[in-house]
Amino acid sequence: MNKVPNNKAWWLVLPVFLLVAFSAVIPMMTVVNYSVQDIFDQSSRYFVGADWYRQVLQDPRLHDSLLRQFVYSGCVLLIEIPLGIAIALTMPTKGRWSSLCLIVMAIPLLIPWNVVGTIWQIFGRADIGLLGASLNRLGISYNYAANTMDAWVTVLVMDVWHWTSLVALLCYSGLRAIPDVYYQAARIDRASAWAVFRHIQLPKMKNVLLIAVMLRFMDSFMIYTEPFVLTGGGPGNATTFLSQTLTQMAVGQFDLGPAAAFSLVYFLIILLVSWLFYTAMTHADKD
Amino acid sequence: MDWMAWTLPTAVFFSAIGLLLVGMTLFELRRPCVERRGFLPIAATRGDRLFIGLLVSAYLHLLVIGVSDWNLWVASLLSVVWLLVVMRWG
Repeated sequence: MNKVPNNKAWWLVLPVFLLVAFSAVIPMMTVVNYSVQDIFDQSSRYFVGADWYRQVLQDPRLHDSLLRQFVYSGCVLLIEIPLGIAIALTMPTKGRWSSLCLIVMAIPLLIPWNVVGTIWQIFGRADIGLLGASLNRLGISYNYAANTMDAWVTVLVMDVWHWTSLVALLCYSGLRAIPDVYYQAARIDRASAWAVFRHIQLPKMKNVLLIAVMLRFMDSFMIYTEPFVLTGGGPGNATTFLSQTLTQMAVGQFDLGPAAAFSLVYFLIILLVSWLFYTAMTHADKD
Repeated sequence: MDWMAWTLPTAVFFSAIGLLLVGMTLFELRRPCVERRGFLPIAATRGDRLFIGLLVSAYLHLLVIGVSDWNLWVASLLSVVWLLVVMRWG
């Protein structure tokens, strides 16, 4: 059969193109314009070149929150990915229990960010919260509003509680896609459980795991609402992550120029990491 | 367009990017490119190489602004050289 090349189908892409131009490209261009100017009001704005970039790149406050952000995202991945895999491996595969497990796992994913923040804010309170008060009764000093370590642990545990399900569900779907013949072959070879995991399950889960890692990295790197509701970035600046620093700069202090420069640096970091993950994923498919 | 707060340098920058994209599209229609392996660790198409070139150029500019007192044109000049190298041998 001869295929007739018809490039008219490209017109069908036009609506998406227009939508993206309107919702992403034009605002992005505006941010770039803001980042090279000192804007007082609509009529008085002055070109300052790369000054804001210099100021932002040499600002210790931003270095600190960038470092904090990488540590946080790293911790999130180190906890959630292995935990998600472990949960997916232990989830029942057939029958009523599997449906129940899937529903229970999906529940945290349905809760909006600010509600999760509020739940944990009350749950962790040292005076009335179930977690906070219990820990203190047991003699473990815990106060996320005053102690840096406690605040970090709470923000991390909150994220683990909220998002490990996503990793687990993705891994679960990856595991279900493995044909039974692989397991039969492994049984014939008398492979150990570890060998089955290492040589069958893990390689077969590679693609979903890359998606999980990418989603969790992106989301945790842009986290704003949950720590903002839970700790407000405190104690001090201990849990002030990048997007909160950016919001303080743009909305709190109304420093549009530096905030624009900073958000472009932020964008470049996310762009690089996403591209690396994307390339790793597509090249993993090719191999 | 006043709300977008345009300046001449940013207008030139975006026009250049736009022209690059249009040029690459026309070039692709004229002579469809084949994925090949150069000094980059992955097999890349022409568009991939342009993207990598531009991304590295952006980071190069940030590096020059962030840690040196060099004129920004130095970064731009280096970026142009880098873009040509990566498009030809990348």
